[in-house]
Amino acid sequence: MAEQRRFDREIGSALEKLTKMSYLAEEAIDQTMEALKTRDKALAQKVIEGDQEIDRLDKEIEDQSFRILLLDQPVAGDFLRISSALKMITDLERIGDYAVDIAEEIVAFPDEPYIKEIIHLPLMGQYVIAMVHKAVRDFVNEDVASARTLARDDDKVDDLFLSIKKELIVLIKQKQENADQAIIFMMIAKYLERIGDHAVNIGEWVDYSLTGTHSMS
Amino acid sequence: MSDLRAFRRSRNFFASLKIASMVALGVSLVALVSIVLFVLIRGTGNLTFQLLFGKYGASPSIWPAFLGTLELIVIAVGVAAPIGIASAIFLSEYAERDFWLIRCIRLATETLAGIPSIVYGLFGYLVFVVACGWGYSLLGGGLTLAIMILPLIVRSTEESLLSVPMAIREGSYALGAGKVRTIFAVVLPSASEGILTSLILAMGRVVSESAVLIMTVGMVVNIVPVSPLSAGTSLALDIYYFASFGYPEEASATAVVLLLFVLSLNLLAFLLARLFERKKGLHGQS
Amino acid sequence: MDSLDWAFPSSALEAKDLSLHYGPFEALKKVNLKVKAQEVTALIGPSGCGKSTFLRTLNRMNDLIPGCHLEGQVRIGGVDIYAKAMDVSLLRKRVGMVFQKPNPFPMSIYDNIAFAPRTFGIRKKEELDAIVIASLRQASIFEEVKDRLRESALALSGGQQQRLCIARALAASPQILLLDEPTSALDPISTAKIEDLLATLKSAVTIVIVTHNLQQAARIADTTAFFLLGEIVESGTTEDMFRRPTDKRTENYITGRFG
Repeated sequence: MAEQRRFDREIGSALEKLTKMSYLAEEAIDQTMEALKTRDKALAQKVIEGDQEIDRLDKEIEDQSFRILLLDQPVAGDFLRISSALKMITDLERIGDYAVDIAEEIVAFPDEPYIKEIIHLPLMGQYVIAMVHKAVRDFVNEDVASARTLARDDDKVDDLFLSIKKELIVLIKQKQENADQAIIFMMIAKYLERIGDHAVNIGEWVDYSLTGTHSMS
Repeated sequence: MSDLRAFRRSRNFFASLKIASMVALGVSLVALVSIVLFVLIRGTGNLTFQLLFGKYGASPSIWPAFLGTLELIVIAVGVAAPIGIASAIFLSEYAERDFWLIRCIRLATETLAGIPSIVYGLFGYLVFVVACGWGYSLLGGGLTLAIMILPLIVRSTEESLLSVPMAIREGSYALGAGKVRTIFAVVLPSASEGILTSLILAMGRVVSESAVLIMTVGMVVNIVPVSPLSAGTSLALDIYYFASFGYPEEASATAVVLLLFVLSLNLLAFLLARLFERKKGLHGQS
Repeated sequence: MDSLDWAFPSSALEAKDLSLHYGPFEALKKVNLKVKAQEVTALIGPSGCGKSTFLRTLNRMNDLIPGCHLEGQVRIGGVDIYAKAMDVSLLRKRVGMVFQKPNPFPMSIYDNIAFAPRTFGIRKKEELDAIVIASLRQASIFEEVKDRLRESALALSGGQQQRLCIARALAASPQILLLDEPTSALDPISTAKIEDLLATLKSAVTIVIVTHNLQQAARIADTTAFFLLGEIVESGTTEDMFRRPTDKRTENYITGRFG
């Protein structure tokens, strides 16, 4: 039975790291949104440096999962969980990278007042943070029903993206000079929208880990 | 300090035990070798052509005894082997393990094996010599010997059959063979080494017997037996006769012949065992 | 069933409500299983849970055990093998068996393989030779022994002996081959050879294999059935069983969380 506990400990350790990685990704989005609101370049810089930790966890979980697959040849639920974890960390790592992309835009932002008060971008940020959080929580809690609602959540994110896009187009048409900032805001919105998509992917792997079928939207 | 003494004492004990057993071995070997040497020394000089192959006339010949011994072997083993092997097949292959009949048969077999040979001799005398009216005859002697070696053959055949692993039988059944084919095409051949060895040892028993034969065969040393119903003699009986009636040299010589006979039988058994092992390929890779 | 060419109409096998008692002990409890023709079906489960007992009902080897009492049906190609009209000898010709420990007869390799054909009346040397060679080829062992057919089978290594036993069973032209943990006593290379051989064999002979080795079942079986305490808890395609078993007991067993 000692061997079995080792195996459970191994899987448990990988899943713990996954949860930590998710937390760091959420924090990165949160901090970069905060930096956007308060124009805090130092905070943005912190986000950029913090991504190292996310990448490190990505590699660790990947190595650990491969090892488990190779040496323990897990089957059934164990197999589904480990394979899902392997796929999810890819999405989480991309999410971390997008947070860095946003932070880099903030660091390079021209020192002039914002062309408009930003409300929708932080809202988008909140939505996607909630989605990432929900996806990983549902994985840990084995809640397939909740995981399946992420597609709907993403619709809201996509709607927000479209309205931000419309706003920015109006702003550009109003004044040519607005284009410099508008482009940056557009890119930030795009990054957030991509984060939403990756959160949906994570949800699909949660579904797989519990049902054995992977359906891609 | 007492521990060391105890250790030394036990070590001495085991050392002296080793010496004692070696001495015992030495005594046994010496005894065995002396008997053989004694016989050989006293007897070999007296081995003459006349004694071995001549006609019994003024000087004795063991030719009648040769023929008698061979006839006895043929009758005894010829009768006991089929009956014994068939019984063993029944006991090992057909009867259910706890069947009460098996226990009876086993009891009978063990008992028969323990009966003194002189009692067999008496039985043979009363049944074949007297009741059947044959008088002294090689047939009577052979049949009595058959009864005597029967338990031996049954027991060792049964052992050989039982030592054939169940897995072999299962393999045969799983291939569609019935019980009879399994017994005759698989089990018996596998057990054949043990069975043949036991038959050879039974032959040795036949050759060594004297008490039974004195009372059934008649010890007619000088006439070559013409039929199984003739009286006759055997090598062992001749030794008794020569020793009792004033032919000590001939007795020793006959003893040499008998000894060689028994030694060759044992050698044959040994060689057969080696041959079978090689045939079964047990010297190959594992 | 008058001719030795008699065969089951198909090698699809079905056990219906099969129960078996050894005296008072109930070894199989209403087992239901369908074995598809030309597939490998694996029977898995903890020791003593009825897998081998079930296997032995398929060629009536349990008949050899006194006090064995069976209820229910086993049909091969629709034919009830426990019917009075069934010739057990022909049944075992068409449903061969290979045991856990190789059990070659102490005879030459040739005589081992020729045993079944000779049992069923084939005497001519040319015919026997052809069958022996074909069976040895089918069992992937011909090349290794072709120069020593007259030598004793006991001189072969364990893995070779087991392939010999497979060849011996194949010489009877079976429609179904039953294997009871055939590689549990063998080294990994011999095991791999036999697994490869079974994979090619299944197109000709339906295979039912009892195995303790879950990876083996995963590797070679099309269908897997999980036995527990004399019953089949679950059965299905191997991939479904191993990816997403429906019964928690199955999951516990295959993930090794079973006591």
